[in-house]
Amino acid sequence: MADQGKVDPMHQFEVQKMFDMFHVGNHEVAFTTSAMWMVIAGLLLWAFMIGGMKRQLVPGRWQVAVEGFTGFISGMMNANIGPEGRKYTPYVFSLFMFILMLNVIGLMPFGLFGLHPFTVTSHFAITGFLAILSFSIVLIVGFWRHGLHFFSLFVPHGTPWWLLWLIPVIELVSFLVRPFSLALRLFVAMTAGHVLMKVFASFIIDGIAAGPAVGLGVGIPSMALMVGISGLELLVAGIQAYVFALLTSLYLNDAINLH
Amino acid sequence: MPQISQFAENWYAASQIFWVLLTFGFVFFVIGRGMLPKIEATVDARDRKVADDLAAAKAAHAAADALEESYRQQSDASRAAAQKSVTDAKDKAAKDAEKRLAKIDAELADKLSAAEADVRAARSSAMAEIESVAAEAAGDLVAKLSGVKIAAADAKAAVKAVLHG
Repeated sequence: MADQGKVDPMHQFEVQKMFDMFHVGNHEVAFTTSAMWMVIAGLLLWAFMIGGMKRQLVPGRWQVAVEGFTGFISGMMNANIGPEGRKYTPYVFSLFMFILMLNVIGLMPFGLFGLHPFTVTSHFAITGFLAILSFSIVLIVGFWRHGLHFFSLFVPHGTPWWLLWLIPVIELVSFLVRPFSLALRLFVAMTAGHVLMKVFASFIIDGIAAGPAVGLGVGIPSMALMVGISGLELLVAGIQAYVFALLTSLYLNDAINLH
Repeated sequence: MPQISQFAENWYAASQIFWVLLTFGFVFFVIGRGMLPKIEATVDARDRKVADDLAAAKAAHAAADALEESYRQQSDASRAAAQKSVTDAKDKAAKDAEKRLAKIDAELADKLSAAEADVRAARSSAMAEIESVAAEAAGDLVAKLSGVKIAAADAKAAVKAVLHG
């Protein structure tokens, strides 16, 4: 949003309250722009999945698309965890599709229609929540299945006895860092991409404001870069959703099969 | 950075967590738990059907192979039988022909030897006649030419000597 001719690349990340709802303790819960996009993402996802529910033996195009996504995730779970991973496919699939939908919706040029596009996954509160959810499931599954034996995760196979004082500490730290790396990776990738696009967009606006010569000289290369970066960001949107789901499945594998 | 500075606002974290819980809960329970298993079941059913159909096709192929093999064996056997009966018939025919030929040969040889014997008998009788006629003629010739009467036996001996060298 241009404020006195300046484009603030961070303004796009601001969550705006749309209306108040109720109080939890002394915290207010409101319907926000972020909430609106999450609801839209959930509904779009639901509408997309409805097309895959025809359950035909010979699928149509839509059903093939939906089955492509489900097959992608169940294949990944099968490859990383094995047959026992099937139980957790609904969670990882929901995670992947939800994040993918939010990432892609955040990239759509809704601004052309006067809407305020917003990338929900560019908020640490959201990615952090999902990462902690994944991490909690890993912990619960790990302790549920292996009890205290789950701690053997911190002593990898083949650790020499004289390193037993060091390796478990390193493993513990790397284990505890998982939720942060999971949350930060998605949050930073989304934020950085959108800042980059906003910065290039502001180059075009500022260049045009500085006159036709500067406008053409700066605007055309910036526009060309914008086109490329938009494509790249679509790729990143998919990759980050995939990475989140992949790492969740790998962590689940640790909890299910230990090492 | 609003993502961090907005944490200071009273409503921010509560609203974000509440709504992500609600929407992700919807996605997980309705889509992940409700729709995904049905879609996976459809895919599994299709995979199973394809595998079953392939197995059935393979079995049918094997059965067809076996059938073809047995047909081939049968036709080989009947061909061999046919060949055998043809050879048998040929052998029999050849043997019959040989037997008949041998019989005919024997008959012909008999006839030939009989004919030869006849010829020989005829010749010897003819020769004997020629001898006696020649002796008579020689006796007559001598008598006419020289007027000497020769004994029939002498004339015969002389003619025999001339005739047989």
